[in-house]
Formats: sequence, structure tokens, C-alpha cells
Amino acid sequence: MTPDLECRTLCKRFGDTLAVQDVSFSVAPGSFFSILGPSGCGKTTIMRMIAGFLEPTGGDIRIKGRSMLNVPPNKRPVNMVFQHLALFPMMNVADNIGYGLRRAGLPKSEIVRKVGEVLERIGLPGIGSRRVDELSGGQKQRVAIARCMVLEPDVLLLDEPLGALDLKLRERMKIELKSLQAAFDTTFVYITHDQSEALVMSDQIAVMNHGVFEQVGTARDLYYRPETAFVAGFVGDSNRWAGTVEQVDGSTVALRTAEGLLIRSRAQGKALAKGEAAEIFLRPEAIRVARDAADLAQFDNQVSGVVSSLLFNGAASRILVRDEVGEEIEVTLPQSGEFATLSRGAPVRIGWSGDQTTCFARQG
Amino acid sequence: MQSQARLGFFLLLTPLLLWLGLLILIPHVDMALLSLRERVGVGQYTTSLANYGIFFGEPLYMWTFLRTAVMSVLATVITLIIAFPVAYYIAKMARGRTRSALFLLCLVPFWVSELVRTFGWMILLRETGLFSSLLQWAGLATGPVEMLYNDAAIMVGLVYTSMLFMVVPLVTTLESLDDAVIEAGYDLGGSGLSVLREIIIPHAMPGIVSGSIVVFMLSLGNYLTPTMLGGKDSLWFTELIYSQFIVRFNWELGAAFGFMLLFLSSVIVWGTLRLTGQTLERTMG
Repeated sequence: MTPDLECRTLCKRFGDTLAVQDVSFSVAPGSFFSILGPSGCGKTTIMRMIAGFLEPTGGDIRIKGRSMLNVPPNKRPVNMVFQHLALFPMMNVADNIGYGLRRAGLPKSEIVRKVGEVLERIGLPGIGSRRVDELSGGQKQRVAIARCMVLEPDVLLLDEPLGALDLKLRERMKIELKSLQAAFDTTFVYITHDQSEALVMSDQIAVMNHGVFEQVGTARDLYYRPETAFVAGFVGDSNRWAGTVEQVDGSTVALRTAEGLLIRSRAQGKALAKGEAAEIFLRPEAIRVARDAADLAQFDNQVSGVVSSLLFNGAASRILVRDEVGEEIEVTLPQSGEFATLSRGAPVRIGWSGDQTTCFARQG
Repeated sequence: MQSQARLGFFLLLTPLLLWLGLLILIPHVDMALLSLRERVGVGQYTTSLANYGIFFGEPLYMWTFLRTAVMSVLATVITLIIAFPVAYYIAKMARGRTRSALFLLCLVPFWVSELVRTFGWMILLRETGLFSSLLQWAGLATGPVEMLYNDAAIMVGLVYTSMLFMVVPLVTTLESLDDAVIEAGYDLGGSGLSVLREIIIPHAMPGIVSGSIVVFMLSLGNYLTPTMLGGKDSLWFTELIYSQFIVRFNWELGAAFGFMLLFLSSVIVWGTLRLTGQTLERTMG
């Protein structure tokens, strides 16, 4: 099956800076693909190249197998939901949605019917005659998506459309976007710097940094099996240390942090040699808290220390544990209640499996 | 506290009230009274509409009146057509220094007095002027060509004088149009022309209307440019007013002419606003 969207060794150069560097990926039909990266990583540049607002310096963009090079934006079978939605303020909702259909030269009755249908589908029937500035944030969002979807594009591009919404609404829109995508059964390409948006909605995520794709995979892959130090640090929260390799034993390595803590870890990516500088990542929720050593017998990493800080945040509460050498480790507090009485200064033991720890050779 | 605030309010309001009262209201009331006065003998006056009767009874006055209106409307339309692409380029395409430089270029002619600017055009357009010499040199004309003292010369002068007053409001409104909205127009299948018609022009409408009003009024009330570039027989309504006041010393008729001009500009501005569905608050606010 030909992918809906395929980029081959895509490059974009602005003057001396290479904004996008040899990026290749393909998006299967009907899937939700996200590009996740910090601001300035080049994700918007990729999106604008797909939409046709920028001409790539090198490489090819194919939509349903057809090359899009030298095709102007108004002739591409892609539509874009802009960051600030860019609804036309001079038109009402129905005219906004009908704009593309009018441009396509459809008869009036057909436009009215299609606009009605799509409003029905986004769950806002009968708002066609409203002005754009009378809508709430979430409604605008849905109208912006409807305005594109009514044209039945092969690929819908979304440029951080949830950025301007408040937290509660953003959480709801995430779920709504995902179900809209399933309802329209269209390929969505979504760019964001918010990892939770990408993790929740996407079938495939590409993590981007400095103009290159660091890793492409499912949310699980990125979270549990990051391939580079950047992905490990960018996706999810981590305890992060710099250390040197003390011992290499097959797939496990023992590392010592700068402070002197010994950590056993599985090696990831390129094989590490003894004495090499490395970066170590450990997720706070992978650590078990216990009051005595017997509970932690199955773990190859065990540390005892004192609680230096309590970070209460409801279900996501954490503690900071200061170990004997003075490293602070962030640990997610289990919600079963047994540590509800833990207070600052209390002695605790923590342990984790070496499989849960990842380390990467330090770059540069 | 309350009374102090009120005192401050009146103190701040005073200059405005003085301005409106002394410079606009009182002279106009005086002019209105003057226009309704008819001289029946030496130093003897009665109140009548005779001055307005003279205006409507003399075809030359009416003709000049309409000609001035049509020419001003035409000058406004030409200014708009030339200024729109200029403003669009400054607001949407130029960046950083280029943009301020271009804006400054629009402003530069206004550092010179209108009189000198108009003389500049006379130097270019007169029989022995630059254009005439160029045409002769290129072999396109056999003898000297007189380009002054016709309607085209008046039009050139009016458009040139008004350009800035059209560019500024247009740049301001076009700047407020989000680039993403224009891009969305293209993205959803619009061509350049349809994006211009459905998105850019509707958005720029308040700027277009306010610029047009200003340019229209400036053209209608212009005296210098039509007189200098159009010559003595240019038939501009302000010239009639001038001659009644200064040459003929018939202040009564001059005042009546002045009120007819005020009436004309009010009617045309009101009509334009109604026609474009704009309100004065929206275009001027």
C-alpha cells in the first residue's frame, strides 16, 4: 500500500543554517503521525514544506505516491490547521467552512449540504450563521478542523493547534481530536512540543531535534526504549546523571556518577567501553520505595537515603531522596497509602532494576 | 476627590471645547448667516435664499460643482488603486529596514511644501519641461508638447498629493491581518485573486474607506494643485469660492458656495459609508 505521505531525504536550508536535514519518513493511510520536538527544531519547517509554503532545498515529498515538488499550496491534497487556527474573521462559520468548496466551484446547494453535514459531524449543528468571534476556544478548534475536513484532503496537517487553549480544555481536545481523526478516517500529521499531546494521540511519533529525526516509533517505544539520550531526556521525566563506565558485562554496564553513586544499567545504542563518559536516565516511576532492605532483594540497584523533599501533586506525587553520597533522586510515591505518612528527613530505601535504567555514550 | 476629578476633567476638556467652538463652530455659524444675507442696497441687507438661488440658476456654477465632485472621486479611486499594492508590499512583504525605508519614501515628499511640490510637477510637465524635451529627443514628438493646464495634469497632482493619506491607513489595517489567514486562504484552494477578493479586501475595508474619505476631502478642498496645474480655467469649485471672496468681494455668495461644498462632501462621504456598509466609528476608530 502506498503511504499517504512520504518524505525522502528532505532538506531545507535558510542561508547558512540547515533547518531540516535529510529527514525521511512515511505515514500509513489513516494513521495519526506526530512530530515532537522543542521549539526551533525544524518541525514547523517540515510542515510548511508539506503544505507548500516553503520549497525544500533537497529531497522529495510524495502524497499518495505523487511528488508535490513545484505544486502550489492551493493545488495540494493537504490542508492545514494553523497554530492560531486562522479562521476568516470576516466570514461567518458556514462561509468559513464553505470557503474551500466555493473555491472548488461546487454548486451552492451542494455546499450548503456539505457544510451542514460536517457541522453535524463535529457536533456543532446549527451554528453556521454565527460569527467566528462568538465561538469558544474549543468550538473554534472544531470549526478549523471542519473547514479542512470538508475538502476531504489526503492528509491533514495540524500545527500545534492546542497551544492557545487552557489546560483543562487541552486535555479534552486531545481526546476529541483523536476521535475526530477516527471518525474522518484521514491521515493526521500533528506537530507539537508538548509530549503528552503526542503520546496520547499518536500512532507513530517522530522525535525531532536540530533538524533531524532522533527516533520514530510508537509512544511506548519512545517512552520505554529511547534510542538516543535526547529522546530519553525529552520524552517523559527522568532522573539524569553523567557518569563513567566502570564495568561492561554483556548487555549490562555498571556506571559511576560524578558524585560516586554506582548504577547498573542496560546499555542502549552504541556499545560502551570501559572508562567512557555516559549519560544515565532513570524514570521516577521505575523506582520502588521500601522501609527495609528485604523488600528490594530482587533489584540490582539499591540505595538508602533520607527524604529531602516532598513534592505533593495528587496522583503524581513524588519525593526527592538524598542518598549517602549526596545525589538527589526523584521517586514517584506509590498511591497505595503505605507511604502517606512519609515526612521530610525520614530514612528510606529505594531500589530499581537495571533493565529500567538506560545509558548512552555522551555526545561530543 | 470627586470634585477634583471633575475639575480635572473640565480642564482637560477646555482646549477641545475652545478648538471646536472658536475655530469650527463660530466661523461656520457666521458663514451660514452670511450666506443667507442678500444685499439690497448700499449697506442694506435682508435674509433670503437668493445666494443659493444664484448658485442653482447659473449652469457654470453647477457644472463646476459637479466636475469637482467627479474629478475628486476619480482621484480617490486612482489613488486607491495605486496605493493598495504599495501598502500591501510595505505591510506584508517588506521586512525590517526595507519596510521603514519604504514608509519613509512615502513620507519624504511631504517634507517639501505643497507649493514647491506642485512647482516640481510644473517643471516636468511644461512645454519646455523634462518630459517634453525627452519626447522630442526620442523623436516621438516633432515640436514642444504642452502637458500642463489640462485635466490629466490636475489628476496627477491630486493623486501625488494624496498618496500618503491613503497608504498610511491601508498599511495599518493590512498589518493587522494575520499572515496565517492569507496562507489559510491559499491552503484551502484559493487563488491569488480570490484571496484578495474574499480575505484581504474585506479585512482592509475600514482602511480603504477611511483613506478614501480623507483623500476625497483633500481633493475636493484642494485649491493650489488644480489652480497651478490646471491653469486659470481649470474650473475647480474652490477657485470659485476664492474668486467670490477675494476677487469679486461678494462674501455672501462665497459663503453660500462654501456651504454647498460642505454639503456635497457630507453627502458623498455618507453615501460611501452606506454603500460599503461601514460606519464612521469603525473606520476612524
